[in-house]
Amino acid sequence: MKQKTIEIWVGIFMMIGIAALMMLAFKVSGSAGGGGDVYRINARFENVGGLNEKAPVMIGGVRIGRVADIRIDKEDFSAVVGMDIDSKYDNLPSDTGASILTSGLLGAQFVGLDPGAEDLYLEKGDELEITQSAIQLESLISQFMFSQAGKGDNSGDDDN
Amino acid sequence: MLWLQQLGQIGLRFVSRLGMSLVFLIHALYGAVRCLPRFSLVIQQLFSIGVLTMLIILVSGLFVGMVLGLQGYNQLVNFSAESSLGLVVALFLVRELGPVLSALLFAGRAGSALTAEIGLMKATEQLSAMEMMAVDPMKRVIGPRFVAGLIAVPLLAAMMSAVGVLGGYLIGHGQFGVDPGVYWTSMQNGVDFVDDILNGVIKSVVFGFIVTWVALFEGYDAIPTSEGVSRATTRTVVTSSLAVLGGDFILTALMFGGL
Amino acid sequence: MTVQDPTGQFTNPMVEVSDLHFAFPQRSIYQGINVLIPRGKITVILGPSGCGKSTLLSFVGGRLRPQKGRVVFDGEPVPTRRGEALFTMRRKMGMLFQSSALLTDLSVFENVAFPLREQTDLPEELIRILVLMKLELVGLRGARDLMPAELSGGMARRVALARAIVLDPEMIMYDEPFVGLDPISMGVIVKLIRELNDALGLTSIVVTHDVHEACGIADYIYLLGDGVVSGHGTTEQMLNSEQPEVRQFMQGLPDGPVRYHYPAEDYLDDLGRAI
Repeated sequence: MKQKTIEIWVGIFMMIGIAALMMLAFKVSGSAGGGGDVYRINARFENVGGLNEKAPVMIGGVRIGRVADIRIDKEDFSAVVGMDIDSKYDNLPSDTGASILTSGLLGAQFVGLDPGAEDLYLEKGDELEITQSAIQLESLISQFMFSQAGKGDNSGDDDN
Repeated sequence: MLWLQQLGQIGLRFVSRLGMSLVFLIHALYGAVRCLPRFSLVIQQLFSIGVLTMLIILVSGLFVGMVLGLQGYNQLVNFSAESSLGLVVALFLVRELGPVLSALLFAGRAGSALTAEIGLMKATEQLSAMEMMAVDPMKRVIGPRFVAGLIAVPLLAAMMSAVGVLGGYLIGHGQFGVDPGVYWTSMQNGVDFVDDILNGVIKSVVFGFIVTWVALFEGYDAIPTSEGVSRATTRTVVTSSLAVLGGDFILTALMFGGL
Repeated sequence: MTVQDPTGQFTNPMVEVSDLHFAFPQRSIYQGINVLIPRGKITVILGPSGCGKSTLLSFVGGRLRPQKGRVVFDGEPVPTRRGEALFTMRRKMGMLFQSSALLTDLSVFENVAFPLREQTDLPEELIRILVLMKLELVGLRGARDLMPAELSGGMARRVALARAIVLDPEMIMYDEPFVGLDPISMGVIVKLIRELNDALGLTSIVVTHDVHEACGIADYIYLLGDGVVSGHGTTEQMLNSEQPEVRQFMQGLPDGPVRYHYPAEDYLDDLGRAI
């Protein structure tokens, strides 16, 4: 009788523990087992900004893969971003473009893919040709400041 | 000169205790293997060290998650990055707070009880009596507790992380109105199964091993008087907490780089 | 000192301790003691507190290793390492600890059943019968569902006794069985020791410092003191002994070979220095 209650409680304990592990695996990390089959494609950028490894790769806001590595091409010093794409998305046109985008004004950066119209599909090891680098906030701000400064001077003149 | 001698004494005592605890560990592991066929003994121990620790773990996990939610949101909102709240809370919990805090709470709740129990069994000659009844205490007493500790701590750590994530959600969504989708997606995008979850589980397995080992050794090695047992209990909490925190530093450096 | 054997009862003894030397790191315990435990008899080991009476049982049980000399149980030297040989030997002996040493998380029934469950694969029904038989023997069949914390000292000791004999050992060792008991419980234990010894044909070793109770049950008495056997003989021999150490202990004289005063410098010198 006593032993039975103990066993039931231990059963509950194990259940909760395993449920917690499951939740961590599926709900928290999203991709259990590190994702199934993937294939690697590369994209060359002038500037990757604040892009990190493991950042998501998305098409139209849907995650299809993640950034696997970021390195520098030793010859022309451009940044090469390797992306692991889920193998179920194996029909990306070969003229797909890639751009580095930011979620929100200051949020994390991710790679957005823009599917093209070719009939040929991207395969393992292919390199994307149309890329757009990360928007650099500093240069945006300085542009904005310069133009504002110019405007401010003009308006000041007008008032007087 | 005297302090040098004292330092030497401390060093010698430390090394000899370390050696003794290693010998004990070998016996305990052998006992743990031999006790497995009688799993009902392990289940009894899982009850007294796992189930009875679960409540404190669940409650503290919830509060830790809620505090992380509050602190995280208040900092992140300065950078308009409150969409990363879920990620911040989850990474803190899964990588560090879950394994470490649950190991510390386990040391305080179950580890001290283990030490006191075994110390008292020694003081009241129960261990000697078992030996005289041709029953090996390593197999009957130490082994099942060791196995139960190894099973319980990783599960407790997972519970703490999971409940903490929910606590963060409660604050983030309920209090500050962070969008549920954003909370969970930022988490799922940023938390990696192998790098974060699995490493966290490995950490908690190691911590469970350390705390159970320390607690059982201190109990088995306690001076069999009430004073000796109470000292051993204190030592269990202090030693295992320090070992967990030190071990956490080493493991973090190994897993996430930096050294 | 060797044991004289006028009656021939020491041929083929159950336990033979010869020339045993042992010292803890801070304290010497034995400087060569010889003890023979005859089969089927109650042998009492007497001695003042802290003289290592109980330690002797640890040697017989193989829990300590002699630094010199040897211990023989039932014709075989006592092995001192953990392992099957030692455990096989221990299955032939029962031991009653001073603190009873009942397992606190098990009921009375389960405590007595413990050796059966650990050592045998008997079916549950047989275990129940054996346990109830032993509990009946010590008069506690009705207390089977109590937990050790609910027992009085005397009852706990009787449960421990039932547990010690549940595997039908050939020898049973009692470590200070009379300590801390009221007169009734003490009488019960004395009666049980005697009855078990005679009814089951056991060999009994009783370690105690209680001269009165010892004389009541002993077939043979050893008196330990100062690391050696200071005297031995039957109860009458011991009571009538002219040997000063034996006389002092048996009659409870405050001063004798064992000094009343702890060693100190001269009393008057000590006082004079203080003034």
